[in-house]
Amino acid sequence: MEINLRKENNVLIVTLKGRLDAVTAPDFDKKLESLLSEGEKALIINFSELEYISSAGLRSILASAKQLKANDGRMLLAELKGPVKEVFEISGFYSIFKIFGSEADALNQMT
Amino acid sequence: MKLVSEIKFPAKLENLEMLVQSVTTCAREHGLSDEKLSGIELAFEEAFVNISQYAYPEQEGEVEVKCKTDDTHFIVEIIDSGVQFDITSLPDPDITQDISERPVGGLGVFFIKKIMDEVHYRREDNKNILTLVINSAK
Repeated sequence: MEINLRKENNVLIVTLKGRLDAVTAPDFDKKLESLLSEGEKALIINFSELEYISSAGLRSILASAKQLKANDGRMLLAELKGPVKEVFEISGFYSIFKIFGSEADALNQMT
Repeated sequence: MKLVSEIKFPAKLENLEMLVQSVTTCAREHGLSDEKLSGIELAFEEAFVNISQYAYPEQEGEVEVKCKTDDTHFIVEIIDSGVQFDITSLPDPDITQDISERPVGGLGVFFIKKIMDEVHYRREDNKNILTLVINSAK
């Protein structure tokens, strides 16, 4: 899995590419942990290039969202589709996260 | 019912990708749609990861994966000789809780139950036998 980072208007945009499964989730966890410990408070995760996610990936996202929330931070999600979107729907995550059709919409909401 | 493939590997996370590929290859050859393939992929990962994490706390062990088909079903049987564990007995998580309340974890088994058309568990000869069934009719 690839994790690409970009900063726009003080918002960190994390674009995921490939598969976020039990094998790759620990790397993603570490990455998020180090970003949050560096003080990042506004995150958008862009899922447009993510092909697959399992419960291990959802666990990473939920754990970071909890941590951000506890520190007055925010996490918005953008561009979920296909099997990834379905997994979010089945898990109920689609209702508990703020999800946007495009990264631009998420960015507007954040700034 | 026809046995299509049968493989046995150590129940280690590093074998996930290879086992997933073996299962999805069989499913594709059986003519399942892409949507059903992703469902099988997810359910299989969740079941295998549980086994790799919990079945063998003290020693290394193996997982046996069998793919079977009949006219209307694609079936994956996942067998381990580890600690007795019936995933079908677990309660479903409350998926309406918000981010702060929602426990981290507990979704894997829920996915298996939601996505597969049938999930069966049996304990036989000191083995856990988990059967995942998907209707292959289009």
